[in-house]
Amino acid sequence: MQTDLIQEARRQAEICNACRYCEGYCSVFPSLHAERAFSDGDITQLANLCHNCRGCYYACQYTAPHEFDLNLPKALAEVRRNSWENFAWPQPLARRFHTHGGAIALALVIGFAMLLWAIRAIGSSGGGGFYAVLSHNAMVAIFAPAFLLPLFSIAISLRHYWFKVDGKPIQVSDLMAAFKHAGQMQDLAAGHGEGCNFEDEDRFSQARRHIHHAIMYGFLLCFASTSVATVMHYVFGLHAPYGFWSLPKLFGISGGLLLTVGCGAMAVLKQKSDRDLGDPSAWGGDIGVILLLGFVGFSGLVLFALVSTALMPALLAIHLGSVLTFFLLTPYSKMAHGFYRLAALIRDAQRKRDVSVVR
Amino acid sequence: MATQKEAYDIVVIGGGNAALCAAMTAAEAGARILILETAPKPYRGGNSRHTRNFRCMHKSPLGPLIEEYSEDEYLSDLLKVTGGKTDEHLARLAIRTSEECLPWMEEHGVRFQPSLSGTLSLARTNAFFMGGGKSLVNAYYRTAAGLGVDVLYEAAVTHLELNGDQIDWVNYTYEGQSHRIAPKAVIVASGGFQADTDWLTKAWGEPAKNFLIRGTPYNRGVVLADLLDQGVDSVGDPTQCHAVAIDGRAPKFDGGIVTRLDCVPFSIVVNKDAQRLYDEGEDVWPKRYAIWGRLVAAQPDQVGYVIIDAKSLNLFMPSVFPPLKAETLDELAGMMDLPADKLKTTVSEFNAACGDTSGFHPTELDGVATSGLTPPKTNWARPITEPPLYGYSLRTGVTFTYLGLKVDEAAQCSTSNGKIKNLWAAGETMVGSILGQGYLAGFGMTIGTVFGRIAGREAAAYAN
Repeated sequence: MQTDLIQEARRQAEICNACRYCEGYCSVFPSLHAERAFSDGDITQLANLCHNCRGCYYACQYTAPHEFDLNLPKALAEVRRNSWENFAWPQPLARRFHTHGGAIALALVIGFAMLLWAIRAIGSSGGGGFYAVLSHNAMVAIFAPAFLLPLFSIAISLRHYWFKVDGKPIQVSDLMAAFKHAGQMQDLAAGHGEGCNFEDEDRFSQARRHIHHAIMYGFLLCFASTSVATVMHYVFGLHAPYGFWSLPKLFGISGGLLLTVGCGAMAVLKQKSDRDLGDPSAWGGDIGVILLLGFVGFSGLVLFALVSTALMPALLAIHLGSVLTFFLLTPYSKMAHGFYRLAALIRDAQRKRDVSVVR
Repeated sequence: MATQKEAYDIVVIGGGNAALCAAMTAAEAGARILILETAPKPYRGGNSRHTRNFRCMHKSPLGPLIEEYSEDEYLSDLLKVTGGKTDEHLARLAIRTSEECLPWMEEHGVRFQPSLSGTLSLARTNAFFMGGGKSLVNAYYRTAAGLGVDVLYEAAVTHLELNGDQIDWVNYTYEGQSHRIAPKAVIVASGGFQADTDWLTKAWGEPAKNFLIRGTPYNRGVVLADLLDQGVDSVGDPTQCHAVAIDGRAPKFDGGIVTRLDCVPFSIVVNKDAQRLYDEGEDVWPKRYAIWGRLVAAQPDQVGYVIIDAKSLNLFMPSVFPPLKAETLDELAGMMDLPADKLKTTVSEFNAACGDTSGFHPTELDGVATSGLTPPKTNWARPITEPPLYGYSLRTGVTFTYLGLKVDEAAQCSTSNGKIKNLWAAGETMVGSILGQGYLAGFGMTIGTVFGRIAGREAAAYAN
């Protein structure tokens, strides 16, 4: 951990703890107020609970030019990114993608190239639809590890996190509480449910919450599409291509639309926000991941629309190349935040449970 | 210097809660409003930026407030802290009107917190702003902008030209230039004079130089002095103010809420000669607020020193600056620059006077008292024995002054010749009309909201 980042966040947290005016805004403050002294693990946990809604910044009487110079969203964002870089496994891969959109773009090009190479070199063994371009077995051979390796990496990273924040054995009720919280994105609603301060200084708006919802549910629908197709393939022997009214297609198209629109809107929204209330050094990496994820959705839709044209093989390479890149980068990019946030919410549910037991 | 006549009906001087309530109310009545705020935008809002709650009468549960809080109970709470030094007619008006203010505040963008943790148990009497006073100020500026109210920041009003029974024009500086504007009506809501140390020293004497100012550095009383010099009726005692004992390491200005120390009831407090000065266990809150600021102000160098031991450290809200920490009284005395022998004598006398502490209860008056000690400690009296020992320094923190403009129930100002037909005042600048001494938590916001709305309504009626 970078001591100076932790130290600055700790300085600010101690001032917040003496003030407490923000306690109604989000999960960070009740958790912060439960302590009198903050270990590095406490600060890491607070950082990952923060959703950078900025409500506390605009409500704060101690922001610059005040000599206390509070900017908690920024301090926590910097600790958060730094913590992900430290928890990530394997380490050397971790540092680049959080901060460099260019690195993400380069990875994307490599992803396209790998898929094109696969299509040229392996090709089809005579299947239909997409399998006419790249055989089903080849796709599985490429994407199963591309999916499982990042998951394995994230699992190791989360173990590091869990150890750092002094996590306890997880109960079902912790999971339920965390998923409910994340599902509604309560921390982006401020205590009064009117959204966050992001794109227009202190005005409360639901824009970021709704857009983030679109991205999250879009992603989950796309994921569901692939999962359902896998089950249909292996369990029921129903092989692609699937018709429009099939579950994989319905999930995939709706998810792709949500992803494309959501990521586009998020990129626009981020342009309007004050970069200095987040982690300025992570700007490029954040935008890179948003555009990459939006491109995954968009290229999937284009592929669907032009599936019966001569462009299909090229579009397939582009789409699958972006999916491949996206999966492989997940443990080392902003995309990992979903996992950490969920872990932080589970830990916070445990903290609340402990408090209620004590009372 | 060109005189602007046409653009605005009403000029509101000040940019805090009272000014905004006045501006919004007048704008809703159709008046064209200009707010002249001395502070730059990040510091807008005066002391309202540092506030947290609004004391509100209610006959039945209202918004975040539970049960009921009647006019008579509210008034009796006020009479207790002011020792009866209040204008009961205006106080009742403020109290009675507070009930309709809460929904009005919500309609104008203020959001309240359902409940709070902390140590203050005011869920029945005080409604807490979600995010605190600055979020209230932000919401009001948004709403005011939506109503077409214009705001100039860093616009310092220098003079109001009083001519007989009316204000003819207002002089102000903005972006390095002097300006003159002649609106139909003027509302003054520019606070007290506590940030002008010279004025404070004139009123209090030399000790005032050691006072800390908890709130905005922009309340220097320029407009107040200008009006008083021209014979506008004043009210209030210049030595009366909302003063509390705060952390001695707090900034000179603008430290706000975080500089408060809640440790006094669990401590002994000594002056620089290591002598105790008052019953630390008299009460928790709000009495401590009313008393300790003035107690410390009366001590040599206007400082006090709080001493607690390890068993008390976690009984009060965390402090913004960590306490001094020592293993022995000698060491602590050295850190605080106190005479060590005297401190040891004071502590051992106190310890010896403590009796049975088994009834100790940190959140209520527990009657765990000293015997045969002067001054006594009448609650939470436990020997200071368990290392490490902790210390804080105390200084007097002034929130706002009470000397101000005298207003009537229409918030209108006057001279000895009668009412000034186009001048109204609201907020801390007229608070002395109601508060003679002492302070009741959340009452400043009540006065600001009630009289801000009255001033806005009356000024708009006049201007239209």
